[in-house]
Amino acid sequence: MKELELKNLYDDFRDAKTIKAYAKIIAEDAKKLKRPINIMEVCGGHTHTIMKFGLPQLLPSNINFIHGPGCPVCIMPKERIDHAYVLSMQENVILVTLGDMIKIPGSNGSLQDARAKGADVRFVYSPMECIKIAHENPDKKVIFFAIGFETTTPMTAVLVKEVISKKIKNILFHINHVTVPEVMVELIDSRDVHVDSYNNEIDAFLGPSHVSVISGSKIYEKFPKDYERPVVVTGFEPVDAMQGISMIIKQFLEKRCELEIQYKRVVSYDGNLKAQDLINTYFEKMSLFRWRGIGNVPDSGLKLRDEYAQYDAEKVYSSVLPISQIEDHKLCICGDILRGMAKPKECTIFGTACKPTSPVGSCMVSSEGACAAYYKYGNLTFSTTT
Amino acid sequence: MCLSIPSKVVKISEDETMCTVDTMGVKRDANLMMMEDGDVSLGDYVLLHIGFVMNKIDEEEALSSIDTYKEILNHMDEEERQRAILEDDECAARGATYTEEIKSNEGT
Repeated sequence: MKELELKNLYDDFRDAKTIKAYAKIIAEDAKKLKRPINIMEVCGGHTHTIMKFGLPQLLPSNINFIHGPGCPVCIMPKERIDHAYVLSMQENVILVTLGDMIKIPGSNGSLQDARAKGADVRFVYSPMECIKIAHENPDKKVIFFAIGFETTTPMTAVLVKEVISKKIKNILFHINHVTVPEVMVELIDSRDVHVDSYNNEIDAFLGPSHVSVISGSKIYEKFPKDYERPVVVTGFEPVDAMQGISMIIKQFLEKRCELEIQYKRVVSYDGNLKAQDLINTYFEKMSLFRWRGIGNVPDSGLKLRDEYAQYDAEKVYSSVLPISQIEDHKLCICGDILRGMAKPKECTIFGTACKPTSPVGSCMVSSEGACAAYYKYGNLTFSTTT
Repeated sequence: MCLSIPSKVVKISEDETMCTVDTMGVKRDANLMMMEDGDVSLGDYVLLHIGFVMNKIDEEEALSSIDTYKEILNHMDEEERQRAILEDDECAARGATYTEEIKSNEGT
């Protein structure tokens, strides 16, 4: 039954022929590789494309995918979720956020639990909806718990700009924006230090296209140059992913190590300069951001610039926010999964104690997470007749 | 999934901060404040993300992508099609939750 569902999806996709053609090219090319290669897809969006369309089953065994940390919900350490929880429980506060943040358990519970206890927690489609909420609730503080990578940071910056220019007094920000290249460096460096204990060396990266729509491909320049890892900025459709993988393999065969763009229809080297300017106007680097499962990564987080401290909920509510670091459940291996050191099925509680309906770790909570992708699509296999 | 269906700009507000886009027949408003003034014109194809125009898409590429999406969407029923288009500019996680949220709000 499950096989049939995937087969139908695959057959429905007009470019099934293209995908198969790429699979053939990749299989032929992969035969010439001198050693297996591990490709890290940094973004959870890619993980889902890869799993949903069964790409690992289409590829030869010497091409291995390593799943990276690119899910804004998965990488949020418990203490930041606790911040959101505590803020939501403050009197006259409306806590607003995006996505699955609402379901991630912190040490006191999730935002959903806070809501059940009477907190006003709201989920919005776009950060700009905060303005309407603030206008309708002049006696309350609206705190936007901002999450996401380079892709969503400029949208928060636009909201900050509007709050300042329209002199809106009751919107504050709790900023959890993080940046991709810094964590990629951390993942490479930590492997180099402990190389003996790791068997999942990262040989190349598939760069997420949406990040580079904003930041340009230039943010990855140092990886081929300084770290000898090719990067191909790739779109999220299955055909895009296959082409990106094929481009990486070609680089290995031709002994090239370069930064390339597969997703040229929207991504350029420079990216969206206005968006970058907005980010730089309102945000600056934090010296450290603690990533769930990965630990402290220098320069990987952003915060509001000091001149906007009055809008910074972390500062305004500093007296009530907990400061301790909180570790994950000891049976949960989300940390290893986010480092690309383990696959979800290696976790002893995967699919048993930890399921989407009763998640233990963030990689299962977030529908962008690797565990959720494996749970949903991991048992699907291709019919040999496709 | 971030499929990135190209949207066509069909209306731009007087102050050029907002526009109306048509994503394969579904119309909605999008914020233009991440784009330089005058960068986006009527008829341009753009990529959306959480209610914002992120960038323009080359027209030829956009039209070819739309053909692909038409094929995919043709296999969905009307409700699925509307949802797929509306959720397209978000990541899977946000789209799924958004739909649940709408449903739960409608139910109350």
